[in-house]
Amino acid sequence: MPGIYIHAPFCDGKCPYCDFYSLPVSKERMDRYTDKITEQLLRYGERNLSAPTVYFGGGTPSLLGARRLDKILDAITKSFSLEDGAEITLEANPRTVDKAFFSAIHKSGFNRVSIGLQSGDEQELVLLQRRHTVQSAAEAVRNARAGGFENLSVDLMLALPGQTKETLGRSIDFAAGLDPQHVSAYILKIEGRTPFAARYRPENLPDEELSRELYLFMAEKLENLGYSQYEISNFAKKGYEGRHNLLYWHCEEYLGFGPSSHSFYEGRRFFYPADLKMFLDGTSLVSDGTGGEFEEYAMLALRLTEGLGRAVCAKRYAKGTELFDAVLENTKKCPSGLLRADSEHISLTKEGFAVSNAVIGTLLSSF
Amino acid sequence: MDKSLIRNFSIVAHIDHGKSTLADRILEQTKAVALRDMENQILDNMDLERERGITIKAHAVTLIYTAKDGKDYVFNLIDTPGHVDFNYEVSRSLAACEGAVLVVDASQGIEAQTLANTYLAVDAGLDILPVLNKIDLPSADPERVYREIEDIIGIPAEDAPQISAKTGVNIEEVMERIVTDIPAPSGDDDAPLQALIFDSFYDSYKGVIVYVRIKEGTVRPGDTIRMMAVGSEFSVVETGFLRATSLEPAEALYAGEVGYITASIKDVRQTQVGDTVTLANNPAAEPLAGYRKVQPMVFCGIYPADGAHYTDLRDALEKLQLNDASLTFEAETSIALGFGFRCGFLGLLHMEIIQERLEREYNLDLVTTAPSVIYQITVANGEEIMIDNPTNYPDPGTIVGAKEPITDAHIYAPSEFVGNIMELCQERRGVFKNMDYLDTDRVDIHYELPLNEIIYDFFDALKSRTRGYASFDYELVGYHDSKLVKLDIMIAGEIVDALSFIIHSDNAYPRARKMVEKLKENIPRQLFEIAIQACIGGKIIARETVKAVRKDVLAKCYGGDITRKKKLLEKQKEGKKRMRQIGSVEVPQEAFMSVLKLDE
Repeated sequence: MPGIYIHAPFCDGKCPYCDFYSLPVSKERMDRYTDKITEQLLRYGERNLSAPTVYFGGGTPSLLGARRLDKILDAITKSFSLEDGAEITLEANPRTVDKAFFSAIHKSGFNRVSIGLQSGDEQELVLLQRRHTVQSAAEAVRNARAGGFENLSVDLMLALPGQTKETLGRSIDFAAGLDPQHVSAYILKIEGRTPFAARYRPENLPDEELSRELYLFMAEKLENLGYSQYEISNFAKKGYEGRHNLLYWHCEEYLGFGPSSHSFYEGRRFFYPADLKMFLDGTSLVSDGTGGEFEEYAMLALRLTEGLGRAVCAKRYAKGTELFDAVLENTKKCPSGLLRADSEHISLTKEGFAVSNAVIGTLLSSF
Repeated sequence: MDKSLIRNFSIVAHIDHGKSTLADRILEQTKAVALRDMENQILDNMDLERERGITIKAHAVTLIYTAKDGKDYVFNLIDTPGHVDFNYEVSRSLAACEGAVLVVDASQGIEAQTLANTYLAVDAGLDILPVLNKIDLPSADPERVYREIEDIIGIPAEDAPQISAKTGVNIEEVMERIVTDIPAPSGDDDAPLQALIFDSFYDSYKGVIVYVRIKEGTVRPGDTIRMMAVGSEFSVVETGFLRATSLEPAEALYAGEVGYITASIKDVRQTQVGDTVTLANNPAAEPLAGYRKVQPMVFCGIYPADGAHYTDLRDALEKLQLNDASLTFEAETSIALGFGFRCGFLGLLHMEIIQERLEREYNLDLVTTAPSVIYQITVANGEEIMIDNPTNYPDPGTIVGAKEPITDAHIYAPSEFVGNIMELCQERRGVFKNMDYLDTDRVDIHYELPLNEIIYDFFDALKSRTRGYASFDYELVGYHDSKLVKLDIMIAGEIVDALSFIIHSDNAYPRARKMVEKLKENIPRQLFEIAIQACIGGKIIARETVKAVRKDVLAKCYGGDITRKKKLLEKQKEGKKRMRQIGSVEVPQEAFMSVLKLDE
């Protein structure tokens, strides 16, 4: 029962920090893309698979426009039987969405929207070159509600150049003030070949101590505002956790369509190369080896507040109990305060999440 | 065999003065090797030797020279190692000869090893035939050089042959002078056998091939021989002569001759250089003088970079030892580096050669710990302990005295560098003895220097401070009192044995600082703070701290793409493979290597 992921690699500008695959918008390209994706989706029809979630990401999927989005979603519903109450998410950029758009896609079947706010501070938005203002972001959220969407998620960014607890606090208040069901908060990571990499040197960015402070501050503040942290970077009101992304972290199956989209199905990981032309020409999938083995499962599970559980391990893996015990043994190597561990569960605390690479690396070091 | 037609001689010279080239020419002249088969300097038949332009193993060759008087002379040319590390081998090769051809570069003149080896030859009672080489160079100054020879060595040199070994000028004159100036050997064929071992070579078919000079008596196949110092006995399988490219069996070897004996000997340590071979059923009353058991002077630890190759390293050392009785090694373990060996060498060059051979011929990736010497520690009950490994250092509370090996060193250089040289020697705790002028602008500076100050990079430092002009010679003269301390390194409060050093207290602090800084650079940050401390007898003298990780950078997991996360985990695991656990701290192999490696 795989989740469905659609990657729409179109953006109307390139944010200077982003290294995801995306292309400028063009009617012709987007039409051909829509046709190709639809064609691929329809081929799955005969397999009779059911899907619990659908997620449109990218790029900026909202740029496809209501008509194309409808066509693609239609192909999905024809080819997979969507479960009752399946979560169907679209990512949107505040710039190009109005009430009419939201109404249209709501009618098509979308029931969740994720809007990239990034910040509630005007200057920070300019720095991020988001091409929208704080106000237009607020308006986008209002439009989404007005268009029929009840399940909303917003994105925030941390550790921006010049960010302080004050500016971050204001961004969080702004975001919470819009009353979304879900908040994702990502730390800015300077990626290799981006303009930010050329523009910012370590001394221009919040140092390690400040980054840590900002992260812990954000987590605590969101909790106080009613958003429970369920993953390193994700917070939600009760019952509104992002179900599609949980498939990733629970190491469950998903099928990806579109250039640079990834899949995990029948124990194998594979992906489409990050190249639209290749995708349109019908290029085949690239294998990324096998997946789902215990180490991978544990690595993903430990990103969640619920962490790793002995019972689930025993159910999933023949030697699940022994494997869990091995991880439990490694918890002794970590200083206190970073983990919660008992004979049935192992999970990271907020402080543990702050140094998650080191902690997870230590817990899984003997595998 | 008419002994009057035999000439046993060696060629001695400073490095690069043309010893090996002259040997080549002599081989050519006696048609021992066809010119087209001649690969330059055929006697230096190891790749490494050829590369470095040095002779490591002594080799010998028997040649026939038809002289101007029409007679056929037997020339036994014994090639000797030129480097100071191998003095003992040189002295035994010289003991096999009656004469020495002293080759001096006509432009450079007398240098350190010229003197060193000449004195060895003189002490051995040899007749010296000086030869001025490189006469083809524009800077050649034979007048000056032969005067140097007369003044400094005290032998007549006015009519020394002036040659160019490279271009072949005047080689015949050298051959004639060998006939006229170097005496023939003496010896009684019927006396009890006394044969001097001056070298040996392990061959997988014949066993050890023993190179001998018969002083007295005769030996032939079937005889039972006895090694007088080692005590073992063997049955002779073959005797013969060493020709340029092969062995030539002969029915017997007689007094005055140079040749080889094989006796199915499996272990080269049975055939020690300098030992006397005699007959079991008619042994000589006394062994020949000058035998000395080989003593290693410099030590280091050699470990495989990857523990899985331990047995490969052991096998390689055993194979090297087959042909190098002066290489010693014994197994040792270290928390930091795992299983390895503590090896003993005749000197720094010997150590470098062995390391390079291990890496090159046996394809091994090695970690070498810094060289050390043997210290002499006296403890409370009066007992004197020789320490070659810091882990054997006794409890400081029980130490009443400490001594370190000291050398007598001579440095030869143009006088303009005297200041630099003296500064270097002072830095290395040298004691100035005196200075002599070799001529108007070259000096011989005499210092007493601790051995541990010169075994690592002294020669390099000397070269760089004298623009390459200085040469250097040293000899161990004994042990002097010294303020020694043992420097320990602690990581997160635990002493790491592999990093301990015995060092003079003057050098302790700078060394301690360097080590803790290097370790800090090389130990990755972990979930807790790590203290790196250097201490002497429990007292901390230097410290660095590796800060704990406070925030790491999250790898994204967007759209189900978990590859970056997986790659990071893989990288962490790869890193951990090379980690050694020191208490609760993971220390990578590189950290140890950075501190212990010889070539930082």
